[in-house]
Amino acid sequence: MQMLPLLVRQIYFVGVQSLIIIMVSGLFIGMVLGLQGYTILVDYGSEQAVGQMVALSLVRELAPVVAALLFAGRAGSALTAEIGLMKATEQLASLEMIGVDPLRRIIAPRFWAGFISLPLLAAVFAVVGVWGGAMVGIEWLGIYEGAFWANMQNSVDFSEDVLNGSIKAMVFGFVVTWVAVFQGYDCVPTSEGISQATTRTVVYSSLAVLGLDFVLTALMFGDL
Amino acid sequence: MRTRVIEVSVGAFLLVGALALLMLALNVSGLKLADQPQTYKLYARFENIGGLTARSKVTMSGVLIGKVSSISLDPQTLMARVEMDIHENVDFLSTDSSASILTAGLLGEQYIGVTVGAEEEVLKNGDYIEDTQSALVLEELVGKFLFNSVSE
Repeated sequence: MQMLPLLVRQIYFVGVQSLIIIMVSGLFIGMVLGLQGYTILVDYGSEQAVGQMVALSLVRELAPVVAALLFAGRAGSALTAEIGLMKATEQLASLEMIGVDPLRRIIAPRFWAGFISLPLLAAVFAVVGVWGGAMVGIEWLGIYEGAFWANMQNSVDFSEDVLNGSIKAMVFGFVVTWVAVFQGYDCVPTSEGISQATTRTVVYSSLAVLGLDFVLTALMFGDL
Repeated sequence: MRTRVIEVSVGAFLLVGALALLMLALNVSGLKLADQPQTYKLYARFENIGGLTARSKVTMSGVLIGKVSSISLDPQTLMARVEMDIHENVDFLSTDSSASILTAGLLGEQYIGVTVGAEEEVLKNGDYIEDTQSALVLEELVGKFLFNSVSE
């Protein structure tokens, strides 16, 4: 329980401070999806399906993946740089010297903060994106509102889509923060080493997210 | 003071996240908080199921009464065997009911439409709907049309 204040502090840094970028990009991605979906679907006279398209692509794929990529760039790199600098300035060694385990005191709260924050950020991303898509579709392009929401609610399934999307976000949160804290803790304690570790965090976690996304999608939706 | 700001904003963040999940559940996926309705199983054999898949709708007079749970090939009759979960409260399907595979709209999804017959006895869990009508396959339709116009 004594770790709770540390955890709260870290959730503030990786979660709360990522909220703005997540919401803004969610809004724009939802709006673009609505616009692109409309221009394609209107050719087939089925522009009511825009809601379904926006919601399904956001909930299943885009929200967890794009949120994780932004999270890796926004929070993962900061975690690596912070821990790396602690190592370079021998703060980690001094903690150990006074009998405090740096894994418990420094690494664990940061790891759990990322693991908790990303699923919430992905959910916020999806909601804001759906709202953006609805705004473009209904207000601007004039899709009939009732059909827009009804199609969406008919096609999006809670356990198939929303829960699977949340599971994806949890896995990505685990992987991204894991990579970030490991790269920080394992970096060469020089200024060059820290810069390389920060780059590696973004590259490795982005690749891991995209690769894992394919595997998870194949497992979750492959037999549908 | 600074700690307090952090604590409050983290609490607000967790609330916003939980709220977003709730919105996804209720508004986007249209989740009903009521229990899933109890169901019983019915089967039907079709010559051709067209584009029917698991999770397709089963309707009567356009009202949803169940869904397709699985589709397999019956090795004896060489027909498609469709397993349906029908809501428990729909317990008035007579034994001579018929099931046909219909299409929503011109290019829409395919679903099963059930029509009740005249028998007194009703279908029970595990029974077969004997009277079935297959999906309309456009190629076959065009083929028949061409064949007819040639023979004339």
